[in-house]
Amino acid sequence: MLFKLGSLLMKPGAKMALLAFAIVFPFLADNEYQVYVMASAFVWAIAVYGLNIITGYCGQLNLAHGGFFAIGAYTLGLLTADAGWSFWPAFVAALVMTAVLGFFVGIVSLRLKEHYFAIFTLCVGFIIYLLIDKWEELTHGPIGVRDIAAPSGFGLVDFTETTPFYYLVLAFLVFSIWFMGRLSRSLLGRTFIAIRNGDELAQSLGINLMRNKVLAFVLSTTYAGLAGALYAGMVRFIGPEEANINHTFDMITYLLVGGIGTLTGPLLGTVGIVWITQSLQFLEEYRMIIFGPLLVILVIFFPRGITGQFLTWMHHKAQSLAPGKKRRESKVQTASAREAENNA
Amino acid sequence: MLKVEHLTKMFGGLAAVNDVSVDFEAGKINAIIGPNGAGKSTFFNLISGLHQPTSGRILLDGVDVTHMPCDQVARLGVGRTFQTTNLFEQATVLDNLIVGHRLRTRSGLWDVLINSKRLQREEKAARDKAMEALDFVGLTHVAGQFIADITQEERKRVAFALALATDPKIVLLDEPAAGVNPEETEGFAALMRKMVDNGLTVCLIEHKMDMIMSLADKIMVLDHGEKIAEGTPEEVRNNPVVIEAYLGGDEDAAA
Repeated sequence: MLFKLGSLLMKPGAKMALLAFAIVFPFLADNEYQVYVMASAFVWAIAVYGLNIITGYCGQLNLAHGGFFAIGAYTLGLLTADAGWSFWPAFVAALVMTAVLGFFVGIVSLRLKEHYFAIFTLCVGFIIYLLIDKWEELTHGPIGVRDIAAPSGFGLVDFTETTPFYYLVLAFLVFSIWFMGRLSRSLLGRTFIAIRNGDELAQSLGINLMRNKVLAFVLSTTYAGLAGALYAGMVRFIGPEEANINHTFDMITYLLVGGIGTLTGPLLGTVGIVWITQSLQFLEEYRMIIFGPLLVILVIFFPRGITGQFLTWMHHKAQSLAPGKKRRESKVQTASAREAENNA
Repeated sequence: MLKVEHLTKMFGGLAAVNDVSVDFEAGKINAIIGPNGAGKSTFFNLISGLHQPTSGRILLDGVDVTHMPCDQVARLGVGRTFQTTNLFEQATVLDNLIVGHRLRTRSGLWDVLINSKRLQREEKAARDKAMEALDFVGLTHVAGQFIADITQEERKRVAFALALATDPKIVLLDEPAAGVNPEETEGFAALMRKMVDNGLTVCLIEHKMDMIMSLADKIMVLDHGEKIAEGTPEEVRNNPVVIEAYLGGDEDAAA
């Protein structure tokens, strides 16, 4: 009975249906452009999963996330376009690069708490942008990086085409979510959540704050690097704008709308908003008039995001069918008994 | 059990805890009382390693823990509760407690990735420990409820259970009975006796004098960071210095 909630969430049916939909999507789509939009939504979703580790589970608002996304993209871009590496070695290098840089930024920035940490990482994100924009010898500055290699297809498939690339991204997304699910249910995930609940309490439970925060941070930057590298392989052309702080705030919006600190939230939030934005495209700059109020309403009525609200609702439904009801009754009894005592 | 020697903590020019020496015996209920701002919570923070003392020594079972970081002190068997406990509101009571046993486990990222035998074993142990702690504080029936849906008193008991899940030798309880009614206060007193009966050493900060006087084996009185008295409830009650501190000090503390 206790784990009813868990089993509801983990219902394999729902997961399989989602996956099946994702697999047949290219055949349902009206045109290639839709497949492309979905693939880019998946890429962003991977990055948002990373943000969810450090910000959602571990409670540290990291505003350098877009910067690490750009580092992943640029590492892959520069290694393939300038250094002549092929895609997969450069891809691995991008992951290693974001993990290592994440480690060093983490051990410095995580000494700060709460909004100080957020402000510090905001600056880190901006410095990354400046470096990319100004260090022309390395990054080509505002011109950007062109002729980035597409993933080599091992002789079988051609990843320069949209649909095969879509499946490649989907595979990475599935892996990202799978690992996140395992992490969030594990003792390690619980450790991160304990840190989110409060530094002092976590420490007094014997949790080494710095070690766990840095681990969460490195995991999140590696996710960002993974997404960035896939992004570079997909668009094949990148510029300093990839490190724009707006990307970080977009990702935070996806996370909040979908449900921060939940497993399906990043996916729902990202894919949902990307498609809403797409379908409001005809309104051009006026779309914010619709989009803005929509966000406000969502935050007011679903402060924990779509997934968070759904989980709470499911839990209460399960509880009202289960022993909780009995308990509420007995509580009423003791309360009335107490009242009787007082009257006597 | 817990031996404190000449402990001092300066915040700028202010001595929050000033040259306090005390010896808490194993298997006893030790109370720390004193007016608001007497340095009681700071004293707890020093013992648990949350703050580093300016000078003095803290010995736990003969081991010098004076400058150990908080998480290491916890691993040596110092559990604690706070005046307010932030928990994950939208998760069940049991889910909130499982992490309590984390410090007795070793699984890391790699174990998560390959779902190792060790991780499975340790997660089961942590879950069992959480259930055991819940049972101890008498909350098995709310294990599946969200924290947001339980009462204030139950939350306090959950905080106890969380401390107990760390397998402590000594527990530091910061105002365990604050904000609960007299009937529930009696329940917490019974819970503390039960902890001692199970071989734990209890150390608590409390303002409720009726409770302290009937519960504590030993009382230490702090005032302005200094120890002004120490002894059995009887001795402390009749100590003129204590009476002076309370009557001349914060009224609300004497209530």
